[in-house]
Amino acid sequence: MANGFPRISAMGMTGILVSFADTLSEPANRAALAFHARVMDTLSEQVDEIAVTLASVFLRFDPVQTEPEQVHPVLARLLEERDWYDAALPPGRKLWRIPTAYGGAEGPQLEEVARLAGLSPEAAVAELSRARVRVLALGFAPGQPYLGTLDSHWDLPRQTDITPKVPQGALVVAVRQFVLFANASPTGWRQVGRSAFRCFDLGRDTPVALRPGDECQFVEATPDVIGAATHEDAQGYGNAQIEALP
Amino acid sequence: MTGALTVHQVGPAVTVQDMGRPGHLSSGLSCGGAADRLALLEGAALLDQDLSLACLEMAGMGGTFTFSRPVRVALTGGAMSAERDGAALRWHASHAIAPGQVLRIGASVSGHYGYLHVGGGLAPPAILGSRAVHITAGLGRPCATGDEIALGPDTGGGVDQVLAVEDRFSGGQIDVLRVAQSALFDAEVQARFESTVFTRDPRGNRQGVRLSHAGAGFLGAGQLSVLSEVIQPGDIQMTGEGTPYVLLADCQSTGGYPRIGTVAPYDLPRVVQAPPGAQMQLRFVDGAAARARYEDAASQMRRLSRACKPLLRDPARMTDLLQYRLVDGAVNAVAPAGPGALPMEGEDG
Repeated sequence: MANGFPRISAMGMTGILVSFADTLSEPANRAALAFHARVMDTLSEQVDEIAVTLASVFLRFDPVQTEPEQVHPVLARLLEERDWYDAALPPGRKLWRIPTAYGGAEGPQLEEVARLAGLSPEAAVAELSRARVRVLALGFAPGQPYLGTLDSHWDLPRQTDITPKVPQGALVVAVRQFVLFANASPTGWRQVGRSAFRCFDLGRDTPVALRPGDECQFVEATPDVIGAATHEDAQGYGNAQIEALP
Repeated sequence: MTGALTVHQVGPAVTVQDMGRPGHLSSGLSCGGAADRLALLEGAALLDQDLSLACLEMAGMGGTFTFSRPVRVALTGGAMSAERDGAALRWHASHAIAPGQVLRIGASVSGHYGYLHVGGGLAPPAILGSRAVHITAGLGRPCATGDEIALGPDTGGGVDQVLAVEDRFSGGQIDVLRVAQSALFDAEVQARFESTVFTRDPRGNRQGVRLSHAGAGFLGAGQLSVLSEVIQPGDIQMTGEGTPYVLLADCQSTGGYPRIGTVAPYDLPRVVQAPPGAQMQLRFVDGAAARARYEDAASQMRRLSRACKPLLRDPARMTDLLQYRLVDGAVNAVAPAGPGALPMEGEDG
């Protein structure tokens, strides 16, 4: 990879970031997931936390217990081990087909989003509901996925103003990605739809539903279907169809 | 002996907190826990107990509480008015409370977050290894009138201890370390950032506080399209218009707004406790300078435990003075406190 990636940076005195790209790409995401697994195997004892996001791995440590100068060369050595951009996706992946209502009260910014993407609202829904996207990372709130990547005309900037509140299950879009909201929350992304899918539910054996590497499709459904799915699906998966991926 | 704390009346932002839930960042769950970590350690030092025990965090306003068994309590963090059966209690101190006695904690006097610790800790059911309420993550809720919160077993220890604490309750100078994204802000913007006097905005909560200032925003390159990555309490995130937010304990796990830097861990309590209107100035320091000032929790605990002193009662405030034999049976209610006298009971300030 060009442009000085992968890159190791200090994040204050208690963090180190290993980043694989400054714009999202499929290989950079795979590199981050695979490198995270490798760092977990190697450095779990020396640091307080190891976390993976879209295209980077973050380590947090106590500078009294662990000198950052000790962690840095270990990470550099691990980066040299292989071409991480070429790594395989994690095993045990699933495909989730999640019923989603687009536009209207369920997606109040659909028209604005369609205009920014250069599409009619109908064409925008057709593209978004057909797209098969991958869970690139979980973040912002428990179990909440960043999904992508969408075609390049979906590279929409975040809003300058923050929407004070989108509901649980809101499907929002920006920077060629979807986010499916785990909880009601403020956001700088634009809401195009809503599902009855609960990303995080302590009542389930597995509170966090999705894993990085899983795939999702937000299949178009009517608001009535979403309303019914909220009550019908005791697991909180919003009547999603789930299938194992090879 | 365990027992319970009963909530008779309570402010809008009172939550059970502890050291939070580290280790779930990859699932999108930030650590959370007490906004002012130092206040947790101070409570543990005053009660001579483990720093992992849960307490009540009270933002701006406390509440009225009783206990079903004799308890030791400690009051730390930003001072609030406090009374036991109508008699003023000192903040930054530990006290004994009998069953039936009413502990009334009022509005903030200094700082923003006050803490009520109980010997043995608060022991509601733990979720994912912690009792910390994390509202944005959907874990738990604020305290409400009528709540009964279980107490853990108190292994025992003294009361009437007081801790002299440095003022971290009125803003001031804040050390900031650079992060990977600091480079998105050019030298002019960074210099202006350092020379600006910021005011802690009324807009703030456990997720973060907004710092307002006069003049232009602090914009970085690619302001609205930065790739989301892990964010941490203390990180100074710039919103779209270039207004800094300092992220606090319940911030999200990841974020895509650029960060100009991160507050040094030892100065984070100062940002947390700055009440609305308090002024702050932020300056960049290098890692070596920051490490020289940094203490880990174990050294902080040792230092705080040594700093706990017996609480002396102020003769001028004693209503039952004649019951005390002060010096060889003589009563002397007018002797002034000499130089170096220990702090006296009563409200701060």
